[in-house]
Amino acid sequence: MNIINIEHIAKIYQVGSEEVHALADVSLRINKNEYVAIMGPSGSGKSTLMNILGCLDTPTKGLYDFSGENVSQMNDNELASIRNRQIGFVFQTFNLLARSDALHNVELPLIYAGVSSHERRERAEAALENVGLKDRMTHKPNELSGGQRQRVAVARALVTNPSIILADEPTGNLDTKTGADIMRLFHEIHEAGNTIILVTHEEYIAEHAARIIRLRDGLVERDEEVVNRFIPV
Amino acid sequence: MKNFIFEIKEGLLISLKAIRANKARSVLTTLGIIIGVASVVLMSTAIKGIDQSFQQGVASLGSDNLYIDKWAWFDNDIPWWEMRNRKNITMEDFKAYKDLAKLPISVAPSANSQRTVKYQERSVQFVSITGTDYNYINTTNLSFDEGRFFSELESNGGRSVVVLGSEISKKLFPQGGPMNQLVKIGGNRFKVVGVLEEQGSWVMGNWNPDNQVYVPIQNIFKYFVSRHSNSITLNVRAENSQMVEATKEEALGIMRRVRGLKYNEKNDFSINQQEGLLTNINQTVGVIQIAGLLITGLALFVGAIGIMNIMFVSVKERTREIGIRKAIGATRRTILGQFISESAIICLIGGMIGLAVAIIGSMVIAQFDFPVTVDIDAVILAFTISLITGILSGLAPAYTAAKLDPVDALRYE
Ligand SMILES: Nc1ncnc2c1ncn2[C@@H]1O[C@H](COP(=O)(O)OP(=O)(O)O)[C@@H](O)[C@H]1O
Ligand SMILES: [Mg+2]
Repeated sequence: MNIINIEHIAKIYQVGSEEVHALADVSLRINKNEYVAIMGPSGSGKSTLMNILGCLDTPTKGLYDFSGENVSQMNDNELASIRNRQIGFVFQTFNLLARSDALHNVELPLIYAGVSSHERRERAEAALENVGLKDRMTHKPNELSGGQRQRVAVARALVTNPSIILADEPTGNLDTKTGADIMRLFHEIHEAGNTIILVTHEEYIAEHAARIIRLRDGLVERDEEVVNRFIPV
Repeated sequence: MKNFIFEIKEGLLISLKAIRANKARSVLTTLGIIIGVASVVLMSTAIKGIDQSFQQGVASLGSDNLYIDKWAWFDNDIPWWEMRNRKNITMEDFKAYKDLAKLPISVAPSANSQRTVKYQERSVQFVSITGTDYNYINTTNLSFDEGRFFSELESNGGRSVVVLGSEISKKLFPQGGPMNQLVKIGGNRFKVVGVLEEQGSWVMGNWNPDNQVYVPIQNIFKYFVSRHSNSITLNVRAENSQMVEATKEEALGIMRRVRGLKYNEKNDFSINQQEGLLTNINQTVGVIQIAGLLITGLALFVGAIGIMNIMFVSVKERTREIGIRKAIGATRRTILGQFISESAIICLIGGMIGLAVAIIGSMVIAQFDFPVTVDIDAVILAFTISLITGILSGLAPAYTAAKLDPVDALRYE
């Protein structure tokens, strides 16, 4: 079943008198429980595509259908609601609230979803436990290592039980070993039935996924199954 | 609706967290609000105090009184040189008026002088000495701490007796026991026959009976001022407030006769009433009000600008945070609410500090015989003003935050 269906998407920025086609013409279908990596050189449009898929941004042209709903026609509030309930973001720079502890960071999407404080706490604790941070709940981001911060971000992405997890270079700011830990976590999340879309420019990271979409100059260059998929143990 | 209340509650919690993280800055920027709220509370409290004290004063002197005098006390229409050229009002005028007047329940003459009052080593300078007769007490509502007013006999005989205002008595006899002691007024001995109860009406100044002494009027002329160069005041008490106008009409007719005025001649005396004093007080209150409102308005304006500024800075600094919040599902309205409640809370905290400052201030002022207390109205006033200021100054920054584009905000360094 298609969860994401985009057709002839373009994102055009006006820079001075010049038009920059961050995305020229992209069409994609992604099914439920897929594990997809998006690859490409810097400036090829990966983040732009990611932002559109995550409903953070709207395309200049084209159609975006998210589990049967036409996202390209939605207003700000509807987009916020989709982001809140259907999408879990994991960023390269973690993007945690610096002044709040891990628990509050993970609770935040549930606050915006209107979940009662009692249930919120339970679910946030469970999500943190799930990523192995049971004993770090009251730590603030600057009291945590990079890997731990990214785990908090993953817990935050998972806590609302979203339809897809979008990760933009999630290992970009981590050392190799910590990056491998995070990739193992993603593997487990995928095994548990989640849909994951992962942006990376590292081949060995991309090979964790079952499918790689390669972008170049705002176009899909190749879209193929991974033959020798890397399964972490 | 439930969802809305929920959002407000969550917004407040988020705001409190953010404010706690920026304590020093929040306090600094609320200074304007603190000053503004403190001044508005102090002002309203002071005006209430003046008003109360004035009512007390009027009550102690009697509000149904007329004062027939050479001078118009409150009326600025008659030029002063015209009043100066009027004939003095004499004891003969007083007697003639008293014989003819039917309506007053009591009439007394009075003449004033300022002298030093001494008892042994203690002395009080520039005391207002009121010379009058035994009927004077019936033109007022004054009551006694000790003793009595001078009697008809003492009054008619012009005896050397004195009634002390409570403040004078306290200063001369800190240990008490003033009765039947001899005090010196301008070097002349007077026996204390009574001490008035404290009136506490600071607003009346020299009119305040607390700061006066009373002697039979003959003594004034004998020792202090010449009978011929001095004009006296007739203190007239009407039966009740309904009778004030009639008593005044009667007094007007009698005085014109007594003073031998022809029909085409202007009055050469003035009939004063405490209403005039009220107008004066209202003018003073008006000045305080305008000054207070100016200070308050200015401080609040500066405060509001300060808060707005700091909120703009805060929005700028927290652009990334806003991006994060939006990415995980915050709507424009949520962000708007968050920043408005943040600014409202900062202002409310400022307002409450301002209120505390005002309360402490009023307690300090109360030490100087200025009986002021901050009441619940002032608290509500402070609360409302700071809340409104907070919301208004938070609007623009909050709107800026709410309409930030999430992608741009997340990319902001
Ligand atoms: N807000 C913007 N304004 C103008 N150009 C932009 C903007 N965002 C992205 N671009 C351009 O679009 C292209 C794709 O950017 P991006 O999606 O960030 O690439 P990637 O993530 O693959 O490195 C780049 O050339 C970039 O300069
Ligand atoms: Mg990128």
